[in-house]
Amino acid sequence: MNVLLFLIPLALLLGLTGLGAFLWSLRNGQYEDVQGAALRVLNDDDLEP
Amino acid sequence: MAETLDLSAYVRRQDNGTSHLDLAIEGIDCAACISEIESGVSHLPGLVSARLNYTTHRLALDWQGTLDPIVFVDELCRLGYRAHPFQARAVEEEEARRAQWLLKCLAVAGFASMNIMLLAVSVWSGNVSDISPETRDFFHWLAALISLPAVAYAGQPFFRSAIGALKNGRTNMDVPITIGILLALFMSVIETINHAEHTYFDSVVMLLFFLLCGRYLDQAMRRRTRTVACNLASLRAEVAHRLDDRGEPALVPTAALKPEDRVLVRPGERIPIDGIVLSGSSEVDESLVTGETLPRQLAGGGAVYAGSLNHTGALTVRVTATGQGTLLDEVQRLLENAASAKSRYRQLADKVARAYAPVVHLAAAITAVIWIANGATVHDAVLTAVAVLIITCPCALALAIPVVQVVASGALFRSNVLLNSGDALERLARVDTIVFDKTGTLTLPEMSIANKAAIPPDLLEAAARLALSSHHPLAAAAVREARNRRPFEGAIEEPGQGVRAVVDGAEIRLGSPAFCDAEDLAAIMVGEQMQASVIACARGHERAILLVRQALRPDAAQVIKSLRASGLDCRILSGDRPAAVAPIAAALGIEAWRAGAKPADKIAELERLKAEGRRVLMVGDGLNDAPALATADISISPITATDLTQAQADAVFLGDLLEPILDAVTISRRAHALMRQNLLLALIYNLFAVPLAFLGYVTPLVAALAMSGSSSLVTLNALRARGKGERKNETEAVPTSPAVPVLQGV
Repeated sequence: MNVLLFLIPLALLLGLTGLGAFLWSLRNGQYEDVQGAALRVLNDDDLEP
Repeated sequence: MAETLDLSAYVRRQDNGTSHLDLAIEGIDCAACISEIESGVSHLPGLVSARLNYTTHRLALDWQGTLDPIVFVDELCRLGYRAHPFQARAVEEEEARRAQWLLKCLAVAGFASMNIMLLAVSVWSGNVSDISPETRDFFHWLAALISLPAVAYAGQPFFRSAIGALKNGRTNMDVPITIGILLALFMSVIETINHAEHTYFDSVVMLLFFLLCGRYLDQAMRRRTRTVACNLASLRAEVAHRLDDRGEPALVPTAALKPEDRVLVRPGERIPIDGIVLSGSSEVDESLVTGETLPRQLAGGGAVYAGSLNHTGALTVRVTATGQGTLLDEVQRLLENAASAKSRYRQLADKVARAYAPVVHLAAAITAVIWIANGATVHDAVLTAVAVLIITCPCALALAIPVVQVVASGALFRSNVLLNSGDALERLARVDTIVFDKTGTLTLPEMSIANKAAIPPDLLEAAARLALSSHHPLAAAAVREARNRRPFEGAIEEPGQGVRAVVDGAEIRLGSPAFCDAEDLAAIMVGEQMQASVIACARGHERAILLVRQALRPDAAQVIKSLRASGLDCRILSGDRPAAVAPIAAALGIEAWRAGAKPADKIAELERLKAEGRRVLMVGDGLNDAPALATADISISPITATDLTQAQADAVFLGDLLEPILDAVTISRRAHALMRQNLLLALIYNLFAVPLAFLGYVTPLVAALAMSGSSSLVTLNALRARGKGERKNETEAVPTSPAVPVLQGV
């Protein structure tokens, strides 16, 4: 059962990383324009012709 | 004359030396607009960033240096978009903060429920195989460690609401939720200490996760409506010409006006404030204020009201304090009375909660007592009672109504109806009588030409293009007919008379009959058509009379017919003259109509209808309708209505068609039916689950399955609110009860 001592903290850490990433993206304003984000990806003006 | 609007009131200076301005943009309809707008303004000097929010249709601009913000508006105008300075209202910011907070709570609950489920599944499978008691205890303690802080954080929306309700001596849906969550958590900790096989940590956090989903959806729906409403408010933000000490006009936002300011109102402009006329004489159209469509003669000393349209001459108006505006004052007072009466309406969800909470708690208490009476230990009895509480915790119930509301309001959104209040759907579904205002509601808010067919098409086109050069409100009706939108060169407007231009060697005139030498024709036309305004046009020897009036919305007759076919009693209650209302009522086949009603008369009429036990939907747009809108059980107003009126309406519809009203009733009826179905589903679920819990068969595994199962079921059922449904057969005979003739005139 020693493997649990390693796996469980790892699982928690992964979960917390996900939560942290979500909270960061929320604070970063990434959910303020959900429809726009979906359309901006189609815009390829930034590519060199 | 090129006039520039002073936008400085909207610009925000930031700490890093840049200036910030938010613009609401009109005319965004495709993905390409994003880059078109952003790159369109990017060449302006000093611009640091320009970012368009496609969801809210707002452009955020940051720039350095002393750039006049009006250049952005001009540039966007050149690109084909109308831009208006936008100032976030406090309510909207508050809603945005709350939505973010709920999303954070949702994230925490999601994280916790996933991790605890991981531990719980291990325990469940270990319990039937070979888990050692030490490992199980370890998992339970770990689950406790995750769930206690997670619930403390993510449960706040429910705890706060429950405490708030209890403080006011009421109960709401959040009270049983809070009690259930806290008791289950408490018992699980006790069980963990006692090395028991089962704990309910997973049920608690899952419950919280589902509930927060419902809460967030509810919030998102209201935010979307509010965003659109705020944009529209700033798109219509009004400006005024304020006269400074030297008598020079400057364009300022209406919000910046103070009492005693002097304001210049030109012909064709809307009067932005309540005031007293200092100089000038004119005719004003007060249809938005009183419903009266005949213009009123006005000279020095007369009172004018915000929202009236100035027709013929320029006026200088002294701003009076809003509190002294006699009409507005009266309207406000009536509004407050009516609004306080409506707040007594209780939502379906609250009603259910009020009945539900005591039953749940009673059931849990009875369970505990019976178990103890049958010789069980207090520990076992309390544990079973907790299982009853968890299983009955209104998870499906809390999702049942918000999900339907979200789906239905999305469907309404596509039908061009915006809801102002969440419970509007329920009230709309129970309506049996619809009272329409005439001016601007059954009729289009703008004037149009009534006798198009009688005018030679080329003469009409010439008149329409000529009208482009005029500022007169009646000319606006003619402009709508113009196919070629370029004004004639060298067109001259003679104030108070009309416009003239020389085209291909012939002079064209558009204006008063006298100006076009067509008084004889006008006299004949006026004899036939009492309610229309008359303008004339002449080209060489050709002459024609244009009858201008407010036309019915194109689909009004059809919609009224369908509404009556679905069993609704339609009536007209107008502030206009009987002679103007009668033909409209006749055209729509409405027998119960009343004209000349003042705001107080409208309220009295609605009260009378309500006293008969009817549930009344009021559809109106004028300032004079605002109190009536507040009195009615539910109200809808067109987006062209005055601010005050819109604020009072439960829903707003867009566009020139009346069809949204029909859609609103259809969709809300279906939504209401689904809400009741969902509540029934939740009830049936409880009928099966409670006896099981009572007998002690509900293990955490069963609880988890039951909870997610019932939640999915109501959510899937709610999605059915989306479809448009089948329309009533249009050709069907109209089976309404004979309409009661109402008193005519005053």
